[in-house]
Amino acid sequence: MSDLKKIKEEFLEKLKGGLNLSEINEIKSNLFGKNGLISSQFKKIGSIAESERKKFASDLNIIKDELQDLIDRKMDEIQNAEINEKLEKEKIDITLPERTFVRGRIHPVSQTIDEISSIFSEIGFSVEEGPDVENEYNNFTALNTPDNHPARDMHDTFYLDEKKEKLLRTHTSPVQIRTMLKDNPPFKIIAPGRTYRSDSDQTHAPMFHQVEGLHIDKDINMGHLKGCLNYFIKEFFEIDKIKMRFRPSHFPFTEPSAEVDIGYKIKDGKIIIGEGDQWLEILGCGMVHPNVLKNVKVDPKKFQGYAFGIGIDRLAMLKYGINDLRAFFDCDYRWLNHFGFDPLDVPTNYRGLSR
Amino acid sequence: MKITFDWLKDHLDVKLKEEKLLEQLTNIGLEVESVENISVGNELFKIAKIIKTEKHPNADRLKVCDVDVGEKELKKVVCGANNAREGLITIYAPPGAVVPKTKIKLVVAKIRGVTSYGMLCSENELNLSDESEGITELLKSKYEKNVGKSYFTKSNSNLIDLSITPNRPDCLGIKGIARDLAASGFGKFKDPKKKIIKQKKKQNLKVKINKEKNRGCSVFGSCLITNVENKESPKWLKDKLVSIGQKPISAIVDITNYVMFDINRPLHAYDANKIEKGITVRNSKYGEEFTALDNKTYKLENGMCVISDNKGVLGLGGIIGGTRSGTELSTKNILLEAAYFDPSSIRRTAKKLNIDTDAKFRFERGIDPLSIEEGLNKASLLIKKICGGEISKIDIQKNETFKNKNVKFDPNLFEQITGFKIPLNKMYKILEDLGFKIKKDKNYFNLAIPSWRPDILQEIDIVEELVRITGYEKINLINPIKERNKSTLNQSQKLFHFLQRAIASKGYLEAITWSFTDSNFNNHFRNKIKEIKIINPISSELGVLRNSIFSNLIMYMSKNLDRGFKDLSIFEIGPIFFGSNPGEQSTVVCGLSAGKKNRLSWIDKERNVDVFDIKRDVVQTLVEAGFNSDNFFIDNETPNYYHPGKSGRLFLNEDKNNVAAFFGEIHPNVMKKVDIKTESLVGFEIFVDNLKLPNKTLNDQKTKFNVSDFQKSERDFAFIVDKEINAQKIVKIVSNVDLNLISNIKVFDVYQGENIPENKKSIAVSVTIQSSEKTLNDSDLEKINKSIVQAVESKTGAKIRS
Repeated sequence: MSDLKKIKEEFLEKLKGGLNLSEINEIKSNLFGKNGLISSQFKKIGSIAESERKKFASDLNIIKDELQDLIDRKMDEIQNAEINEKLEKEKIDITLPERTFVRGRIHPVSQTIDEISSIFSEIGFSVEEGPDVENEYNNFTALNTPDNHPARDMHDTFYLDEKKEKLLRTHTSPVQIRTMLKDNPPFKIIAPGRTYRSDSDQTHAPMFHQVEGLHIDKDINMGHLKGCLNYFIKEFFEIDKIKMRFRPSHFPFTEPSAEVDIGYKIKDGKIIIGEGDQWLEILGCGMVHPNVLKNVKVDPKKFQGYAFGIGIDRLAMLKYGINDLRAFFDCDYRWLNHFGFDPLDVPTNYRGLSR
Repeated sequence: MKITFDWLKDHLDVKLKEEKLLEQLTNIGLEVESVENISVGNELFKIAKIIKTEKHPNADRLKVCDVDVGEKELKKVVCGANNAREGLITIYAPPGAVVPKTKIKLVVAKIRGVTSYGMLCSENELNLSDESEGITELLKSKYEKNVGKSYFTKSNSNLIDLSITPNRPDCLGIKGIARDLAASGFGKFKDPKKKIIKQKKKQNLKVKINKEKNRGCSVFGSCLITNVENKESPKWLKDKLVSIGQKPISAIVDITNYVMFDINRPLHAYDANKIEKGITVRNSKYGEEFTALDNKTYKLENGMCVISDNKGVLGLGGIIGGTRSGTELSTKNILLEAAYFDPSSIRRTAKKLNIDTDAKFRFERGIDPLSIEEGLNKASLLIKKICGGEISKIDIQKNETFKNKNVKFDPNLFEQITGFKIPLNKMYKILEDLGFKIKKDKNYFNLAIPSWRPDILQEIDIVEELVRITGYEKINLINPIKERNKSTLNQSQKLFHFLQRAIASKGYLEAITWSFTDSNFNNHFRNKIKEIKIINPISSELGVLRNSIFSNLIMYMSKNLDRGFKDLSIFEIGPIFFGSNPGEQSTVVCGLSAGKKNRLSWIDKERNVDVFDIKRDVVQTLVEAGFNSDNFFIDNETPNYYHPGKSGRLFLNEDKNNVAAFFGEIHPNVMKKVDIKTESLVGFEIFVDNLKLPNKTLNDQKTKFNVSDFQKSERDFAFIVDKEINAQKIVKIVSNVDLNLISNIKVFDVYQGENIPENKKSIAVSVTIQSSEKTLNDSDLEKINKSIVQAVESKTGAKIRS
């Protein structure tokens, strides 16, 4: 038996046993160390007769590779076993709670405002704003509601001075006036915001939210008004069909004026919008009164259009099944958590209002 | 306005069902608020006679009555009324009946141990009058024979409550509503030819309207009815008034009320014998007083329109009469008044004196000035019929003659506004039915507006009439075009929405609280801004506009803590006010965070929320919103509601132009004063209007991508500095040493104590140095090190720690 074969047999046998890492390392150095058995054989190559040299070198390489592979494999095995043993010891109760996190919430009114803005954005409305404190002229007179007009009784007004010239706006309609005074037609705006009336009971809060809409152009008529609101209501309630009723009403700043009811029914204690034979009033609207246009220096012979005002809190209540208006402003942690929205739920045109 | 279908039929020939009526009323703009059958169950209320009364064994003020209700057995009823006595004829309600006033359903009940079967009713409980003292007393002679019969006559007509908009005074009379219905095709309007009634007798009570500035009365019509016998109204009249929820009083008063509700013509009846030497309509003088029919004495100001006689004020014209000249059952001679009062004068006076009456409600909306004679005739004939007497000629004093207004109407305007067409002849018919007098011009309608329609002033009002009567359902729906010519939100609106969601995403619950607040709370956070009072707040706790959002937020935080929630973050984004003029407001994001972090955590150590938590929320939010934190400048000049040592004021850059935010612990004194109980309370205010966004789109913000792959080195420096030297200063000094090479600076240790002299501290920073051009060699780095040490030492008096 040649030396090579002997070495091979011997070490294959040695490597069969259950070895630990240091034993393997020892074997490795016995074979491949500076004076290892295999290394020595390599040194011999030069002294071997030329006729056998080639075969010898080839045999040696094969044995070398074979043993090397085996050693590597053995080492891997051992290392794996050691790691596995270590990992096994590190095992934890993964059902323990994660580190605490807190979740913020967006108020349903804010969410609803974003939904409304998103819907009207699609049909070309932009958002305007106005101050919460208004003068008497913008809130009433410019809107064709002169002093001592009974229509003022519909608005219980908070005043900031004895002369009653400064007040908290009772509706978002003064934004119409501000918008039209600072710019030229056409106008196509919505104006969401806080509004104030001095009554307070189960269904009224001294502060609430409205969104005003105004579209003035050359030939905007009541059909456009109807189409716009129909579109809005369908989009807002995220339903395909809506039962909508326009009925005549009166607001000093629009003529003709209308109130809009939507059909609903109560099913299992929950309100279902768009079906049923009950009517629910949700907004007021009309064609902007020529007197209002004259007050803001817009020629009613050339321009006309519509305006509307919607109660945002009420829309939110209807859509999200909230019963109590007062709770909107009570700031109860539990309520905010329950009816609030995740800040990542941003209503947009492309992803829609809801998930 | 309350009506019944039966009453409507006095003015309307119609065979349709009530259901149809309700629909039609709403369709033409006379919105049906509610429909109620007030007579349902009324037959249960029986005329009854008290046979015997005994004192209740267990209660001094109660009686046990045996009552004859027309059945075999007497009913035992417990009653507390003083006037419950043997022989009294009254009204009995059995168990099961619903009391009209209180809507309470009666049951058999034990009252202090005695079982009571039903109840004896007061007039008030039956809505018959305001009389609530004692039970109803019926006239023995008239009702004794009817014991056991129902007191109320059965009516099948529902009480329909309409919400009449303020522009439609004509529909505050049933006739006006009938006219509108008829024009819309619901029945035929009965408009009897006006009878000309000529009386011979002279009206010999002198009436005069004073010629004054700002007088409130332009026409005063009157007639005298002499030798009447005022009495209870006949049944048909009482039924009529009761059917719309009115209480019958006496024939004279009931007739004036009837005429008012029927044709919307308020009248007033005076006891003519109580008028001293004729009537003067004039403006009041300051300090004049009179006692009105509501039994209140009013002190008048200058310039209120009063009806007076020689002795003084009799009543406020068109608002309320006075007790001195009121009619009574004994009244023999009546002066009946029908006048035209100026709406704004009525409104001014009634508002000042805080009086609301049916007459005032009508006059302030505008009464038909041509209804004076019709009203006087209708009422006086009824009085004569019911109470007898003689009617005088009508006397009319006036200083203005009413002229019908005219409107020139272009029929094309209809389609222009409504988007659909109706034929000319249909327009013509609708307008005629509504009472317009029409002259057709070539392309126009020349319209004389009916005197009862003060709301119609111009062409657009005619369009409304036409579309209202035609029906809004005829308007074609035009779908909107999905086209946008202007961006939906402007930059500051976008910033508002961004900040709102950025703060919420850091664990804050968004609250919306009132824009007004409690002055006491507001004072803690007012910070020298003047208080803005609301003149008429709903309560004193909501008496001022908020100068800071904290006042409300801290109150609601406290409420939530009281609910047992300990670790809580809330915020609000909204207006605060610094003046009472429009625009003197700014938008603020304000947040509060209370309690601990990691409370009851099995893994992390719990600790109080602190100023650096809230600073992170503020800084991170601003960075997310697009501001560069490298430029931020922070000092500790904060309002006095923050902890003076643990709070900061943040500017977007060193120019310190506008405060971007305050943040910090809330001052312990403030917490004590508002009585909020928590381990720790920190808050912030971000002033949205002060955040001037660079005028850059996201696209502009993405500059050329430029990074260095040359080796970077980190060097640590520990400086010993005076306590007052803040970290921000050291960081700025270091970063200014070489803006190109110093790419990052981190404060990683602050230390005071052993080995550090008193009044000094050690601040350690780690500085990253990297060139974009080459790998720095040792000597380059050494040079920078030296510069850094030198700069910090020379500018702060620091010493590098070795």
